[in-house]
Amino acid sequence: MTAVNVVASRVAARLPARKYLLVVVIALWVAGWALLRGRDTLQLGGAELTPLHVSLSEGMDAVDDSRNSNPFFLYFINYIRLFLDEAVTFVQALISQPSFGRPVPVLGWLGVVGVATAVAFLYGNRKVALLTAAGFLSFGVLGLWQESMDTLALTLTAVALSLAVGIPLGVWAGLSDRFHRVVTPVLDFMQTMPTFVYLAPLTLFFLIGPASATVATMIYAIPPAIRITAHGIRQVSHETLEASTSLGVTSAQALRHVRLPMAKQTIIVGVNQTIMAALSMATIAALIDAPGLGKTVLKALQTLDVGTAFNAGLAIVIMAVVLDRVTSAASRRVEAERRAGRQRTVLGRRLEVAGVLGGVAVLGYLSYTYVWAAEFPIEANLGSYVRRAADAASLWVQDSLVTYTDALKNLLTNGLLNPFETLLTDSPWWLVAAAAVAIALLVGSVRAALVTTAGLLVLVLLGLWQDSMVTLASTLVATILVMVLGVIIGVWMGRSDRADTVLRPLLDAGQTMPAFVYLVPILGLFGPTRFTAIIAAVVFAAPIAIKLVAEGIRRVSATTVEAATSAGANSWQLISKVQLPMARSAVTLAASQGLIYVLSMVVVGGLVGAGALGYDVVAGFSQHQLRGKGLAAGLAIVVLGIVLDRVMRAATERADAAAHGGLHGR
Amino acid sequence: MTVPSVAERSATDTDSPPVLAVRGLWKVFGPKAQSVVGSTLTRKELKEQTGCVAAVRDVSFDVRRGEVFVVMGLSGSGKSTLVRCLTRLIEPTAGEVLLDGEDVRKADDRRLRELRRHRMAMVFQHFGLLPHRCVLDNVAFGLEIRGVSKQQRYARAREVVGLVGLNGFENSYPDQLSGGMQQRVGLARALAADPEVLLFDEPFSALDPLIRREMQNEVIRLHHEVGKTMIFITHDLSEALKLGDRILIMRDGELVQVGTPDQVVGAPADDYVRDFVSDIPRSHVLTLRWIMRPPQPGEALDGPALGPDVVIRDAVHAVLSADRPVRVMDGESLLGVVTSAEILEVIAGGQHQ
Repeated sequence: MTAVNVVASRVAARLPARKYLLVVVIALWVAGWALLRGRDTLQLGGAELTPLHVSLSEGMDAVDDSRNSNPFFLYFINYIRLFLDEAVTFVQALISQPSFGRPVPVLGWLGVVGVATAVAFLYGNRKVALLTAAGFLSFGVLGLWQESMDTLALTLTAVALSLAVGIPLGVWAGLSDRFHRVVTPVLDFMQTMPTFVYLAPLTLFFLIGPASATVATMIYAIPPAIRITAHGIRQVSHETLEASTSLGVTSAQALRHVRLPMAKQTIIVGVNQTIMAALSMATIAALIDAPGLGKTVLKALQTLDVGTAFNAGLAIVIMAVVLDRVTSAASRRVEAERRAGRQRTVLGRRLEVAGVLGGVAVLGYLSYTYVWAAEFPIEANLGSYVRRAADAASLWVQDSLVTYTDALKNLLTNGLLNPFETLLTDSPWWLVAAAAVAIALLVGSVRAALVTTAGLLVLVLLGLWQDSMVTLASTLVATILVMVLGVIIGVWMGRSDRADTVLRPLLDAGQTMPAFVYLVPILGLFGPTRFTAIIAAVVFAAPIAIKLVAEGIRRVSATTVEAATSAGANSWQLISKVQLPMARSAVTLAASQGLIYVLSMVVVGGLVGAGALGYDVVAGFSQHQLRGKGLAAGLAIVVLGIVLDRVMRAATERADAAAHGGLHGR
Repeated sequence: MTVPSVAERSATDTDSPPVLAVRGLWKVFGPKAQSVVGSTLTRKELKEQTGCVAAVRDVSFDVRRGEVFVVMGLSGSGKSTLVRCLTRLIEPTAGEVLLDGEDVRKADDRRLRELRRHRMAMVFQHFGLLPHRCVLDNVAFGLEIRGVSKQQRYARAREVVGLVGLNGFENSYPDQLSGGMQQRVGLARALAADPEVLLFDEPFSALDPLIRREMQNEVIRLHHEVGKTMIFITHDLSEALKLGDRILIMRDGELVQVGTPDQVVGAPADDYVRDFVSDIPRSHVLTLRWIMRPPQPGEALDGPALGPDVVIRDAVHAVLSADRPVRVMDGESLLGVVTSAEILEVIAGGQHQ
């Protein structure tokens, strides 16, 4: 394999100008499309099934039937499911659902607000405590108290379990190179898989409901916990460790006194990431009937009720902001305490803690005992106003901006999306496949071309060729848009400190939002079409791409820029001849990350009329006879993700090598 | 503070067995390191033929109790690897490291920890302090991990903090201190365990020149006060000459010369060392022993008397102001004489050799 690789890359390096070859491949493809359009396109209607889909359905039915007889289920899966269900139900009993023979949960709204504020105050600071109180009260004001608490219960349970598993594994990965090497590709895979595709297989094992939702959330939330913990453990200064070793520490002492304390702040950043990921997934898990805000959004999306979706989306955003701010403040506090020493005496801190806990106990008791403190007062419910306002705004926007939005929609649809889609779906499948493999070889590597070949064959076998191509077209178009935005805004941010200061908080906020929420305002703007999904994907993926490009531009050596300026380069020459070429590997990385983000969002777009694979998956959830096809569609998404990821990665490596002169030397 | 010049150093105990003896030590990085041991290929040939780098090759030396033993070499000469091999922070490939006759390489994990906790302590170039602990807790860390009670370890830590002149900073955190003060913490941490041997790995290279000089004087003072055996790594020749009772010069992993400062300057083992010491004012290092000559017949032998280990610089005034040759006396016996001619030759010639 490697030998083939080396030979092939040598041949490839010697080939004259691969750019021209790429043009030739695309020209041949277009010519082939013109001659052979409509032939061998492997079309399959929405309700049509292939034998594979039917047998997948039957297989799933068989799994369902064996749930109470197969020992794998009886002694393993069913116990996990029970445990997870019980865990979520227990937290729900505490804060969201009527429980223990009472008409209300153990802690009413007043108690929950008290506890949350106290936690924010004790681990963060006064400011985030106020924010927390306001945020939690707003859940009630929006009329979504119970739904919010359900989402919170699911998120917190998943976070607790994710951390319980993730931090020890992260420490292990930090200590052992071997385990790190084993676990990294697994985490890569978990993170490149679009969130939404493992929902269906999970319900097969854990049934519809909280258990599946928890597992899905954990799959999504554990990787950052492991990765960032491992990173924190690994970045501990080598010399400090050596100094401790020279004093004769045991490895347990080194972990406890040196590595963990020095990694503490990073680990808290990991906790933050884990919480944000969990919240994002906990809302998407509404597709498999996870309780909470996600369900409200989902129902509203399916009925195109923009007002309700906006209201619930707002609550999700508020929750995301509160959770993010509190954990960030906690992380900053650790750092500040380390720098400044203990600010107060131990006694002072104890008094403070005792005071806060006392206050919480009073609030908790009130909310346990009195109805007014348990059920959020109905008079304070302003949700209907928010809904109506959002509806009105959406209508107004759709009416008055229709010229602009339509112009944009038509421009992109006719100018970019349709040609792409036609080329991909109307060409014979073998032509598309051959062209794709050639492109993978030219921009990536032999390995990427092999992965592409295998992946495309799987798509054909799954019987979802055409749906995959439609999804691919949307993904590519959205990625192109992301990269246009990424390069323009990224270069601007990289060059101007002021732009950076203004835009960075916006991008940070954009990245903390759960994916799902993005659909709502865009649905309000463009109505239910595949275009909506594309724009949502662009909005979702642009922040990461912009940030990566900006960082790449900033990393370009100041001396080089100075040298070019002193040689008389103007701004445009500076950007096009110095900064962008030197940031080339960052730009490719941005493209590959953007692509993965886009893919995961484009399939979620299946909910709002994007069709194709995303729709197949969603239909699989709701219609029993389509579940085999839905499973196949999920697999197809994974395959697309893997192929795109591998090709982009190979392209990134090539860009890196080129940036270091590697390819010229060979 | 007055700095004792080389000749006035406390005499080290040359008769009793060495506190640390290194025999045929090798450290080879790379695949099949073991097979490289004993090879005589040059560094470049070795890299090309085996893919290995021999960072330390066949180094042997003794360190006497109470002396300051300096290992000097340019970067990449293997000196830091050598000092890490002594406490097995880097595992040597071959050879023996005998600490009071016990082979450190044969120690199992537990015994090695014992040795590190009680017998040897190290000071690092970038300090290696724990940022989340205050000065006192950093200094007490070594005692804490070997299970000393809180009260005892704090008492000892306070004592050592006072010894290195950090009084009043016990509750500061490392990043609130200047580089020089952080290194004092590093020094205190090493001293706290009361080890027999202190290892210094380029401890002052990261400090600016004034602070560096201050810290060098501090080490000399501490050496007088606590009398520890010190092994000191540096790439700075003047530091080596200032601190070292004896100096080991390394190049490409190999030992080039071991000797007292005046031996290294006065009788360089090869061109490499000669080149190295060429910028050093010889009159600051060499003693009268190096320039005295036998008295010529008829020369007046009633001039002032000086000892043979007086540094030339310190003898200039006495010799130039005497109108007769100065006698170099070891007790009652006459070793030779020194006149202004010899002195002037060293001072004039030594600068541009």
